[in-house]
Amino acid sequence: MKLESKAPEGLLAEKWAKHKFNMKLVNPANKRKYDVIVVGTGLAGASAAASLAELGYNVKAFCYQDSPRRAHSIAAQGGINAAKNYQNDGDSVYRLFYDTIKGGDYRAREANVYRLAQVSVNIIDQCVAQGVPFAREYGGLLDNRSFGGSQVSRTFYARGQTGQQLLLGAYSALSRQIANGKVTMYPRTEMLDVVTIDGKARGIVTRNLVTGAIESHSAHAVLLCTGGYGNVFFLSTNAMGCNASAAFRAYRKGAFFSNPCYTQIHPTCIPVSGDHQSKLTLMSESLRNDGRVWVPKKAGDNRPASQIPEDERDYFLERKYPSFGNLVPRDVASRNAKYVCDEGRGVGETKLAVYLDFADAIKRNGEGWVSAKYGNLFDMYAKITGENPYKQPMRIYPAVHYTMGGLWVDYNLMTTIPGLYALGECNFSDHGANRLGASALMQGLADGYFVIPYTIGDYLAGMPVTKVETSHPEFQKAEKALKEQMTKLINIKGNKTVDQYHRELGKIMWDQCGMSRSAEGLKLAKKQIRELRADFWKNVKILGTDEELNITLEKAYRVADFLELGELMVDDALNREESCGGHFREEYQYDGEAKRNDDEFAYVAAWEYKGEGETQLHKEELVFENVKLTQRSYK
Amino acid sequence: MSTTKGMNLTLKVWRQKNKDSEGKMVDYKVSNISPDMSFLEMFDVLNEELLLKGEDPIAFDHDCREGICGMCSMYINGKPHGPWKGTTTCQLHMRAFKDGDTIFVEPWRAKPFPVLKDLVVDRTSFDRIIQAGGYVSVNTGVTVDANEIPIAKPIADEAFNSATCIGCGACVATCKNASAMLFVSAKITQLALLPQGQPERAKRAQKMVEQMDAEGFGACTNTGSCSAVCPKEISLFNIAKMNREYLTAKVTAEEEKQYAAGV
Ligand SMILES: Cc1cc2nc3c(=O)[nH]c(=O)nc-3n(C[C@H](O)[C@H](O)[C@H](O)COP(=O)(O)OP(=O)(O)OC[C@H]3O[C@@H](n4cnc5c(N)ncnc54)[C@H](O)[C@@H]3O)c2cc1C
Ligand code: FES
Repeated sequence: MKLESKAPEGLLAEKWAKHKFNMKLVNPANKRKYDVIVVGTGLAGASAAASLAELGYNVKAFCYQDSPRRAHSIAAQGGINAAKNYQNDGDSVYRLFYDTIKGGDYRAREANVYRLAQVSVNIIDQCVAQGVPFAREYGGLLDNRSFGGSQVSRTFYARGQTGQQLLLGAYSALSRQIANGKVTMYPRTEMLDVVTIDGKARGIVTRNLVTGAIESHSAHAVLLCTGGYGNVFFLSTNAMGCNASAAFRAYRKGAFFSNPCYTQIHPTCIPVSGDHQSKLTLMSESLRNDGRVWVPKKAGDNRPASQIPEDERDYFLERKYPSFGNLVPRDVASRNAKYVCDEGRGVGETKLAVYLDFADAIKRNGEGWVSAKYGNLFDMYAKITGENPYKQPMRIYPAVHYTMGGLWVDYNLMTTIPGLYALGECNFSDHGANRLGASALMQGLADGYFVIPYTIGDYLAGMPVTKVETSHPEFQKAEKALKEQMTKLINIKGNKTVDQYHRELGKIMWDQCGMSRSAEGLKLAKKQIRELRADFWKNVKILGTDEELNITLEKAYRVADFLELGELMVDDALNREESCGGHFREEYQYDGEAKRNDDEFAYVAAWEYKGEGETQLHKEELVFENVKLTQRSYK
Repeated sequence: MSTTKGMNLTLKVWRQKNKDSEGKMVDYKVSNISPDMSFLEMFDVLNEELLLKGEDPIAFDHDCREGICGMCSMYINGKPHGPWKGTTTCQLHMRAFKDGDTIFVEPWRAKPFPVLKDLVVDRTSFDRIIQAGGYVSVNTGVTVDANEIPIAKPIADEAFNSATCIGCGACVATCKNASAMLFVSAKITQLALLPQGQPERAKRAQKMVEQMDAEGFGACTNTGSCSAVCPKEISLFNIAKMNREYLTAKVTAEEEKQYAAGV
């Protein structure tokens, strides 16, 4: 199968407008004859469901939490980018496009990224119209900040709770359509299979998380907006329930999975404190605007921070990257923290941490100033660690945060299964090998509010309005297979818990497919994952039945999918013999910096499922017509 | 890897098989609990032990574990979210307790929040209140440029304070009347303060309050315990504001009726 990006021809700046004009439209009276399933109601899903319902489609929306308002998007802190140029500091659609392509280490599709930058401005208008309380200046206009190493101030924010406010905006739009009867919402309902009929996605099979009932839902198109797969690593900044099952099961049904090895490791997280740790907490990147990162110069220096004199401290980011200093992109900051800890210069009890020090900022501007800017983050740090970050430097360490990889989609956000779309973090599209801060919220809302409402029409206009019944044999087959999987899991009756397997998988992934990877380590990981997976299916312990609220069973089938996805990530990392963005192969570097290989690897890897642990690689060559590929340098 | 000695605790936890069955408090012992653990991590440890012993683990709601999604909801020692002020259950850490303590853990208790299992309750009544009017009716793409709606910073800040509600339901759980006034008023206030919320202001207040009553939430008797336990410290000012909004809405509605009738 040849992968066609369907990116329109023509000038970059005109592609989207031209495409919108060329796409087929569904006549307004016909829209109500089409049913659309939206799985996931985070930023991407809630915005899509609301917008499609406003257009007149009948929408069924699903989420695993008790309410759409609780999706993982709620936890985003820092902000959302948009090329508004409200600060008159030289921003433009082209600059946002360029920064995103470069930040992604030239592994994203130009046309998609340009469209993202174009619609970014509409997102802010939409959110403000909904009543999202963005930060404002005294004159009453919107405030911006610079974020994640950007040279312009284009990030809109709502204190440290931007994701919450954006999600509540999308949730309110969704709620309005639920009240209108255009969206039927299914909370605590998990999608566990896509059903295809004559090669097209025609519905899903779900499990009711309260009663365990397995049910089928049919539609004319299915949207997966189910978020990222960072929890493969067990420990990550993702919410506990984030999982890959929807995307992975679509992959098993024929949707290609792209660039699974591109994982973002965020540099500023609270370090692991013990074996009991269930998740890691992100400290917003904005802290690096005023905090200075350092470790002792000497390895094994056990003195408390306050007793280490200035000239015995190594401000390693400032030293190595004088022009960007503490504001280097995430991948660079994370990798360097790992280097200094590997050298034995890490701090704290575990030695797996570096200092983030606000002493200078406090001296310069006073504690009040720091508290006004970062108060909620400092409080959170104090609650979790029991330490006072105004008096002693914070300790931070990198943690898995975001997954750039995901289901392959074309310019219309359609996967390789006709009628199956992927939006938000669930797809692979816009961030290449490394995502810039404040760009995930932008992408999720761009996909949901401003892309899918157009592109889905082009597909549906060519579909007959006839519905399929869920009594169709394909639905019955999928339901049966799912029930069998539940029974199989419950009947194993082994003696190891799901969390034990998950933790072990996470450790393999973190050690071998985390911040730095090598062929040798990846091969070992592949073997270990296979063994672990085989053991899981023999020895996992699940109690209770599948006909009730069963928290262990839920975790078990999600971890079963992680155990396969982990192997796919390793395959992808092994295949990509270069370093780019979040993917760092030890064999391909110069002075510890990532060394890309554009001649051989300027492509999107798209994996096709060929049976458990078996794959076929397809490639979408990336064509750069507008930007020149350069080595990223932040020195 | 904390070197501090762990704590031994007794837990008394509400167990209830499903919506229709009766529940009861059951005793559990946990040992060697690190003060650095979060309250939910302590439950993870207990659940692992139960599972290995062949006992059904305790179901509880949680997701972000960062104090923002509003999913976690434990009634700890007679207080929603436990002893720390302005803190959700997931952000509560075990250093709040001491060796030998007995801790009572129950679900939110309120008629409009039926228990589904153990500590998990159904809070969809909150969603239905928002559906009744907790939004600005604006379709995607039909907007003006964001900076054409300037909003004075103090107003924007005040609206933000109301908007931080995480919809966890602690306010209802603590109230002896199971009143949802703090939750409902926070949304009404946020939108009443902002220019975007003006066109539907009266209708919104009326509809949301009606839905709140229809769901069976009780009346407010001004004890203020809702605000005291709110993990986001939403202020009682919101309730006062809502009462004014609701009254004005009723008067407006009455006037409109008379106007329509040609009186
Ligand atoms: C701590 C943190 C801070 C962040 N800060 C920022 C920031 O400042 N700026 C920024 O741009 N990005 C940030 N990000 C990234 C960003 O928040 C996410 O990438 C983005 O919100 C993902 O949105 P989404 O709609 O794709 O998915 P999600 O919000 O993850 O939503 C997924 C939805 O899918 C549902 N779901 C999943 N599986 C199933 C299934 N099988 N069946 C039914 N439903 C299912 C869930 O219930 C949920 O509704 C941050 C991420 C983290 C972890
Ligand atoms: S788990 Fe999200 S607020 Fe506690």
